[in-house]
Amino acid sequence: MDSLIKKPRLATVWLGGCSGCHMSFLDLDERLIDLHQMAELCASPLTDYKDFPEVDVTLVEGAVANEEHLEHIRHIRKHTKLLISFGDCAVTGNVTALRNMFGVEEVLDRAYRETSTQVIGIPRGNHAVPKLLDRVRPVHEVVKVDYFLQGCPPSADKIYSFLMDLLAGRQPKVEERRFG
Amino acid sequence: MTIEELSDIQEQEQARQQKLANRIYCCTAAGCVSCGADRVRQSLHAEVKKAGLQEQVEVCGSGCMGLCSQGPLVRSAADDALYGHVSPEEAAALVSGNPVDRQLLAGKRIDTTAPFFALQHKIVLANSGVMDPEILNDYIAVGGYQALAHAVTELSPPEVIEEIKQSGLRGRGGAGYPTGLKWELVAKQSSQIKYVVCNADEGDPGAFMDRSVLEGDPHRVLEGMALAGYAVGAQQGYIYVRGEYGLAIQRLQTAIKQAERADLLGNRVLGTGFQFRVDLRIGAGAFVCGEETALIASIEGKRGQPRQRPPYPPESGLWERPTLINNVETFANIPPIIAKGGEWFASIGTAGSKGTKVFALAGKIVNTGLIEAPMGASLRTIIFDIGGGIPDGGRFKAAQTGGPSGGCIPEQFLDVPVDYESLAKIGSIMGSGGLIVMDESSDMVDVARFFMEFCMDESCGKCIPCRVGTVQMHDILARMTRGEGTPADLDMLEQLCTLLRETSLCGLGQTAPNPVLSTLRFFRHEYDAKLAASRGGAQ
Amino acid sequence: MSVKTLTIDGKMVTGIAGETIFNVAWNSGVRIPRLCHVGGVSDVGACRLCLVEIEGQKKLMASCMTNVEEGMVVRTNTERLQSHRRLILELLFAERNHICAVCVMNGQCELQDMAEELGMDHVRMRYLFPKLEVDTSHERFGLDHNRCILCTRCVRVCDEVEGAHTWDLKGRGVNSLIIADLGEPWGQSDTCTSCGKCVQVCPTGALFSKGRTVGEMRKDRRFLKYIVTAREKHQWIR
Ligand SMILES: Cc1cc2nc3c(=O)[nH]c(=O)nc-3n(C[C@H](O)[C@H](O)[C@H](O)COP(=O)(O)O)c2cc1C
Ligand code: SF4
Ligand code: SF4
Repeated sequence: MDSLIKKPRLATVWLGGCSGCHMSFLDLDERLIDLHQMAELCASPLTDYKDFPEVDVTLVEGAVANEEHLEHIRHIRKHTKLLISFGDCAVTGNVTALRNMFGVEEVLDRAYRETSTQVIGIPRGNHAVPKLLDRVRPVHEVVKVDYFLQGCPPSADKIYSFLMDLLAGRQPKVEERRFG
Repeated sequence: MTIEELSDIQEQEQARQQKLANRIYCCTAAGCVSCGADRVRQSLHAEVKKAGLQEQVEVCGSGCMGLCSQGPLVRSAADDALYGHVSPEEAAALVSGNPVDRQLLAGKRIDTTAPFFALQHKIVLANSGVMDPEILNDYIAVGGYQALAHAVTELSPPEVIEEIKQSGLRGRGGAGYPTGLKWELVAKQSSQIKYVVCNADEGDPGAFMDRSVLEGDPHRVLEGMALAGYAVGAQQGYIYVRGEYGLAIQRLQTAIKQAERADLLGNRVLGTGFQFRVDLRIGAGAFVCGEETALIASIEGKRGQPRQRPPYPPESGLWERPTLINNVETFANIPPIIAKGGEWFASIGTAGSKGTKVFALAGKIVNTGLIEAPMGASLRTIIFDIGGGIPDGGRFKAAQTGGPSGGCIPEQFLDVPVDYESLAKIGSIMGSGGLIVMDESSDMVDVARFFMEFCMDESCGKCIPCRVGTVQMHDILARMTRGEGTPADLDMLEQLCTLLRETSLCGLGQTAPNPVLSTLRFFRHEYDAKLAASRGGAQ
Repeated sequence: MSVKTLTIDGKMVTGIAGETIFNVAWNSGVRIPRLCHVGGVSDVGACRLCLVEIEGQKKLMASCMTNVEEGMVVRTNTERLQSHRRLILELLFAERNHICAVCVMNGQCELQDMAEELGMDHVRMRYLFPKLEVDTSHERFGLDHNRCILCTRCVRVCDEVEGAHTWDLKGRGVNSLIIADLGEPWGQSDTCTSCGKCVQVCPTGALFSKGRTVGEMRKDRRFLKYIVTAREKHQWIR
């Protein structure tokens, strides 16, 4: 029966963030089961996907901080109908963007030289460590974003009501949308 | 000095000058001084001494004679000849009355029947080249302070205001508010203490009209202010002049001292009961301090930031007293109006804009410098006839008037008469008189960016739309000129234009979008081309 | 005392001559957004959030600087005003480094409140990310320029209520900065009485009490009303 109506396909991705938004997502607890009734979770940071699948809705946690993020989000944008900036890092850059007050070199210097006990130098030309962008950017500065879900992290309640509205085809309510 | 003495001095000085074999006027305005006019003057003095002609030939200074691009300029009164690019070595030939010597200078002689001179109409700059701005008697000889004398003895204050109203004079500081009405507003206030303020902050990039007037004819401005004081009932005037104008400040200081000593200013002006003092206030060069409420704050010793109007300065200005604020050029127009009558003035110009306007021509134009044209002259006349057109066979693209608050006027409007209404209709403003000519090599998006950068640097920072909006607009324009703009950027640029216009606190922020709006209106294809060629940005 | 009757958002209200549109509106339950206004000190009309439409006037007027007039018809919340206000907030958020998640005022901040109230859910322009200092030289308080919105509430309360005039501004435009005395570190100010009034009126986490961590700062603005009532009515009542 269930398979007669095709459930919307959902994905979550994790760019330059602390994973707090995903933790908050997991705080849905038993409501995850409700969510599962409404949508099929096709990709997440915990799923091992080689190619990002075609989906209807993607929640993006985190800002765009390095070249890998940039490539990834551009790719995702092409494969999702709706893109949601999920949490303050995606919406504003937030903590991830704190480095923007300094130049990239200054930041790398601090991380890999000044504060490291063992001098291994700054990783460059190393495929394992993607190159930092000159500036951390909120997601909508790079690709089109359809909805913005603020909060650091957005509370489970907020995520739940937002997704329930969206998946039921209602315009998500904007009440209690607060940064921080 | 009494009124009789004033007339005596006028006659004596005129007679003395008549008796001279020659009077040589050497331009002492900042433009000519910067290209060596001082050395020319020194060498003229030396040559006079060497020839033993001290009694017959007088060398003196002069205000700006307009053709700044050909400085140093020297005018010889005896044969009414103007010379350009004069070098100190040519002083001897200038001093000598020998026609053969003069022949040596033929190549340097400037044709004063050329359109540059013939099509100008000089009221504000009438005294340039015929008197020394540092000598009070020179100003008196050309009829100076006669208007003041006439007013304080024969006209009541309302009659003075009536004359100004009749003249149709409008403020030359940018907004073009009718001067007579403003005076009436101040006169109407019951306060015992009122002030007259001369706005000499002139901050538009490339503008030097007011500077030239102050340097070339400082007494005229003082006389205009005294007339205003008499008309509105004020006893104290302030001239707020920007600190960068060292020469103007020095001339004004000299002129104020001379006028006070001669009782042309002070406790008994021309021996009558009218009192009027003038003091200088030196600004620190912030563009926003030209805005009247910021200027008032600055004179009061506060941070130069605008405040909301109303109350307007005529009701509550300097130290919350009724205050009349006018521009330098506005005041310079007052003495001739009182001397010759409002009707005379009103006969010059167009229906809504009377008199003349001084323009500083700059950019891609042959005759860069200072000109004065009757209101209603077309841009074509000003740029191509008076200005001599575009150099190096270039093609005209646009004229920018009104500085950072103005707009760019494209070719199809070259025949529009230059007056307050017509310029407003085509999205620019008269402004204070800066006129920058651009040829085909100009990138209009970059022009908009340049003016936005100016506004961004000069925003006082009090209100958010202007403080941050100018930065964001500049950022967008800079990205566009680098070929990194996106359609979303252009959309945001337009939204910010509306925001700044409608929500900024003062004129700076409200008009900062004008260069963008006018280039978008007439040169949108340049923006579009940049977007089409753009590489970066979202999506 | 003459009474003026006017219409605000279709509602008939009355005010006293000399009262601002802003005050009359709030007294009758119309909450016009604001950031630079704080009751008890003079108004400057700088934040431009309280702009309103007045029928018959082309320009939008700052309601905190405009007195009520008989028969005025005022609109405080049209679509145009809402859109302007959101854009102004975007400009503010983009100007300095407002990282709500790590701010002492997170949850209590008036800038956050405004963004929520006016539905400003993301910033469409580039963040400027200026490099700014934090002054922690005062023994009890701190000033974080990263969070300052240049509303000058601190300047006014220090000058008008405390009478010390420790705070003022330096620089121009986007480079403006709040300074103590002539740019001294706050802790070395000769004029600061350490009364803390500025900290209490600061709408954001720019001025804060030391020893508070994220979201812990609470500000009390009632003291201003207390002092102003005492001054005006000679009554020390809460
Ligand atoms: C940002 C700004 C800068 C201004 N700068 C000048 C200036 O440099 N000189 C001037 O005369 N008027 C300036 N004005 C206009 C003055 O506010 C005022 O209108 C003028 O001095 C009035 O004199 P008027 O009636 O003779 O024109 C400026 C206005 C603004 C908004
Ligand atoms: S518009 Fe600009 S210059 Fe004028 S008050 Fe606002 S910030 Fe200052
Ligand atoms: S420190 Fe606080 S009160 Fe002072 S100007 Fe900045 S935001 Fe306003």
